[in-house]
Amino acid sequence: MASKFTRSNSTGWLMAGPAAVLMGLFIVLPFLFAIGLSFTNQRLISPNPTQFVGLSNYSQLLGIGLLTLEPERDDAGEILREEDGTVSYPALRGYTRNNPDYPQFDGMREWFSVSLGESRTYVLARDVVFAKAVVNTIIFVLVVAPVQGGLALVLALLINQKLRGINVFRAIYFMPVVVSIVVVSLLWRFIYDGQSGLLNNLLGALTFGAFPRIDWLGNPSTALGAIIAMSIWQAVGFHMVIWLSGLQTISPSLYEAAAIEGASKWQTFRYVTWPGLRNTAVLVLIVITMQAFALFAQIDVMTSGGPLDSTQTIVFQAVERGYGKQDISGGSTISVILFVFVLAISLLQRWLTREKK
Amino acid sequence: MASVSLKNVRKNYGAADIIKGVDIEIADGEFCVFVGPSGCGKSTLLRMIAGLEDISGGTLSIGDRVVNDLPPKDRSIAMVFQSYAIFPHMTVRENLAFGLTIANAPKAEKDAKVAEAARILQMEHLLERRPSQLSGGQRQRVAIGRAIVRKPGVFLFDEPLSNLDAALRVDMRMELAKLHSDLGATMVYVTHDQVEAMTLADKIVVLSAGTVQQVGSPLELYHRPANLFVAGFIGSPKMNFVEVTIDAVDASAIRISGPAMKAQTLPLTGAGQKAGDILTLGVRPHDFKPMDDGAFTGKVTLVEHLGNETIVNLALVNGQHLIVALDGDTACTVGETLTVGHPPEKAALFDQAGNRITG
Ligand SMILES: Nc1ncnc2c1ncn2[C@@H]1O[C@H](COP(=O)(O)OP(=O)(O)OP(=O)(O)O)[C@@H](O)[C@H]1O
Ligand SMILES: [Mg+2]
Repeated sequence: MASKFTRSNSTGWLMAGPAAVLMGLFIVLPFLFAIGLSFTNQRLISPNPTQFVGLSNYSQLLGIGLLTLEPERDDAGEILREEDGTVSYPALRGYTRNNPDYPQFDGMREWFSVSLGESRTYVLARDVVFAKAVVNTIIFVLVVAPVQGGLALVLALLINQKLRGINVFRAIYFMPVVVSIVVVSLLWRFIYDGQSGLLNNLLGALTFGAFPRIDWLGNPSTALGAIIAMSIWQAVGFHMVIWLSGLQTISPSLYEAAAIEGASKWQTFRYVTWPGLRNTAVLVLIVITMQAFALFAQIDVMTSGGPLDSTQTIVFQAVERGYGKQDISGGSTISVILFVFVLAISLLQRWLTREKK
Repeated sequence: MASVSLKNVRKNYGAADIIKGVDIEIADGEFCVFVGPSGCGKSTLLRMIAGLEDISGGTLSIGDRVVNDLPPKDRSIAMVFQSYAIFPHMTVRENLAFGLTIANAPKAEKDAKVAEAARILQMEHLLERRPSQLSGGQRQRVAIGRAIVRKPGVFLFDEPLSNLDAALRVDMRMELAKLHSDLGATMVYVTHDQVEAMTLADKIVVLSAGTVQQVGSPLELYHRPANLFVAGFIGSPKMNFVEVTIDAVDASAIRISGPAMKAQTLPLTGAGQKAGDILTLGVRPHDFKPMDDGAFTGKVTLVEHLGNETIVNLALVNGQHLIVALDGDTACTVGETLTVGHPPEKAALFDQAGNRITG
């Protein structure tokens, strides 16, 4: 016999209704809109009618090419050199601007290049800024996911013991989580300041002035690292709490059984704690990855993508294009690409961490 | 193989005294059962022997070593937990071999010991399964197997059967008894089930509120309980207690009577009683028989026919109830009046402090 709830669930729908409408309105609908807009040339405000442009937004963003050039030689076959002695190559512009022999490179710019023997291979991108944003985001994810997850686990293991005042530590580690990321970013701008920043003062004091002052956020080689460090610090407490809840689901008698068998601390972790945390680990990993891909506020507050595009990220680019440059279709395209990316990675993570038969 | 000896062992959590000075000697190869009501400290005591709780005072020896400060793994013990405590992500084989894996034992040794334990417990066909694919009884078997692989001097069991259903519990109880006779190892077993205690034990330790009430063989405790607590705790249904007054006493006999009991004379060995004192008379339900000149007369308020016996609840004139176990085919109906008595030598007398005074 069907229960009362499955036969007539109008009450249920009524109760879920308000939340469902809001979610549909503010999550599902914009998402569908973004997919739709990514195939058009829609601008935020424009007098021209919207046109369907197919996949051109995608090819504009993702277009990449490889071009290998031989050095320029004089009539005798000698390699020509610049005044400073470096090998001279033909100008790239000759290949990427209206060259009928290389239509596939038309409009592209140099992203980076590598020398292989005498020849030089150029990686060209149609949208170099977006390419940099993708790489920066991936670096951010690849560093933050393991480091933040690992650090959070270490903290969780440390505070998962019966000590006097352990709650003080729990509170301290969790505190940055409850402060808005915008506020945290503002504060860390002062910490990273090139002149009188706390970090520079601290390093100077520790090394008796030997450590040179660094403009952490103004230097292309340190800016992304600085943002990574701050981001790890800010959310580590949140993941610590998730690990902690996982730790507390492990039955104490398993630890006692391991102690009776003579397991060392490391063996106990390896055979009891870690297997007991596998579901938590999947959760933490996926949550950190998603959050890391969505990196925006820190960039917006601290560097706006600079210096020299060294801290561009995918979401920052999406917002920058959609609203800064009013190119709403370009922003939508970036969002859709990010969605596919994150979905693929989540599925991959789930598959990699699946329970093996 | 090892004996276990506890001398004035104590445990306190802060100001709370949980184990209040316990002396127990467990001989090599003995099956010793700790029984007592919930919260009396049985598990705590067992965990102190295992090394999972530290000892606040006294000395604990296993074999001829004082082990107070040794970690669990060095005490030559193995423990089986009520919750099984088998590792959920390992197969049965890996669970059994866990201690050997930890110790980096060679594969051949692992295989041999696991096979041996699996043979003893008849679970060769389960070795590749995971705990989630096992029944409760099979899981407990794995836990016992893991203990066997350790070849400990002393096996410790903390209510190992209490998560199993009644039928399985009886089976596993017999298996444990067989295991004990096969291995000949010392076993310490905690339970609050007195049937388990009576059937398994060579020696029972009755605990109450952190103190030892009595130590003895099952029949000793049943027939010669040292005090009211043990008398009430061992035996099912519970022993009946009736308050009585001494009418007369001499060197070998005592005459007592009570508000709902006819005067009767019982044999006495101890001295120091005088007429007028209040005592407690204890009679086991199975020692009562219907007899016309019996000491107790009352109205039958409840009859339970169990087939092999009939349990009768008798309301005496002062409102007190007696539980009487009669023959299985005794005809008896609610509301009728019944007079029961008991052989004089089958009754126990307890003084005001609760200690037994009759021989
Ligand atoms: N960590 C602790 N702190 C304070 N008191 C404790 C602690 N652990 C146990 N106790 C107390 O010690 C007493 C004995 O506990 P124990 O677990 O040994 O009882 P038990 O006899 O095994 O009971 P049960 O039959 O219910 O398992 C209980 O009153 C319990 O409240
Ligand atoms: Mg217990």
